[in-house]
Amino acid sequence: MKAAPFDHVAPASLEQALALLAERRDDAKIIAGGQSLVPMLALRLASPALLIDLNRIASLSGIRVLESGELSIGATTRQRMVERSDLVARANPLLAAAMPSISHVQIRNRGSIGGSLAHADPAAELPAVCLACDATLVAQSRLGQREITAADFFRGMFETALAADEILIAIRYPAWPAGRRSAFIEVARRHGDFAICGIAATVDAGADGRVRDARIVAFGVADRPVRLESAERALAGSRFDPHGGEAALAVAINSAARAATDGLDPRSDHHASSEYRLELAEVLTRRALTHALQGRVA
Amino acid sequence: MMEPRDIELRVNGEQRRGRCEPRVTLVDFLRETLGLTGTHIGCEHGVCGACTVLLDGHSVRSCLMFAVQAEGADITTVEGLAPPGKMNDLQRAFQSHHALQCGFCTPGLLATAQALLRDTPDPTEDEVRHAISGNICRCTGYQPIIVAILDTARGRLAGRK
Repeated sequence: MKAAPFDHVAPASLEQALALLAERRDDAKIIAGGQSLVPMLALRLASPALLIDLNRIASLSGIRVLESGELSIGATTRQRMVERSDLVARANPLLAAAMPSISHVQIRNRGSIGGSLAHADPAAELPAVCLACDATLVAQSRLGQREITAADFFRGMFETALAADEILIAIRYPAWPAGRRSAFIEVARRHGDFAICGIAATVDAGADGRVRDARIVAFGVADRPVRLESAERALAGSRFDPHGGEAALAVAINSAARAATDGLDPRSDHHASSEYRLELAEVLTRRALTHALQGRVA
Repeated sequence: MMEPRDIELRVNGEQRRGRCEPRVTLVDFLRETLGLTGTHIGCEHGVCGACTVLLDGHSVRSCLMFAVQAEGADITTVEGLAPPGKMNDLQRAFQSHHALQCGFCTPGLLATAQALLRDTPDPTEDEVRHAISGNICRCTGYQPIIVAILDTARGRLAGRK
């Protein structure tokens, strides 16, 4: 349970880190919070010759709202800082709601937002929130900067669009539209464990009071977070305004929940069977939409 | 084998130095290099919480970071909660409520509870349960631990009035 020998460098600037990564791309690993990487090193699932540590690069940490209204979070910002940020609570309630479900406080105190995204665990919360919000992930290499949409970023289990010489430096969440409703919900064996299945959802209404755009993202049920497009379609056009439309909305939520499992083929493992995950996808979709649209627990 | 590095950091209020390879975790450095064996090593991959210490005031798992990363940091371990041979109020509450049996998880739970009570001086029982969810105890069934933490909070609040 001891990591194999490696060398460790903690550059003071992003330029130094990028130059080093370009040179050592074949045998180096980036470390930020290390809360996923260090266990992998301990179990020797990874044994890089060099760790390039981003923790001394102050410019990579911080939370701010840009003039465009976007919420921008530096990649090495600690998860706990995101969780406790008033700015995040106002600028992206879905992200704020997801944070307490990420592991335990000791992990969030050290773990970074960018590290979780670059690690791309299919059962992780932060990738699902990025997909539900249409976030942009900003990657930098020595050659320049590249913006990657969340839909393009997550490629598979522990697999992202980051090239070997790129570092994820920031995440930008689009401005939160007025009137947007959202919900985050997951089921795990114990609080803090990886989710067996979870749902992150946002719902926007048009001027006519009907659902214009719904984004329902499931995680833990595929090799990456996935949008439940059939469920989104089932909800589209239903009346948002509960006055006089409560029963119709409940019908729409139910049909969305039934459509949630379309196209899903989750794995069975020692945490849960495929069938149980499908059942959860349906039930949690119903609960998430009920919470988001009717403001109560299903 | 990599060339060992010199590491300088503050532990329990004292400036300390030591040398170790980059792959040595903070908990191994505390125990093996600095001789502070109060912090325990359980799972060594971030699951059990036994090795929880305070890093610049925040609870972290000392098996999930390397000693080289703690250069310049301020660490508090269980040895730093009270002067040698003494216990602080939280430790006394653990003792009087039988919040430990084998004691293996206790240093980690104390560090976690210490951080909780600093950030949340008057926690609800539910908040305490959530706060210690990352610390595994196989003896007590947790109930006495929760009682001890709540009792400490009450004592501190009463003392402040």
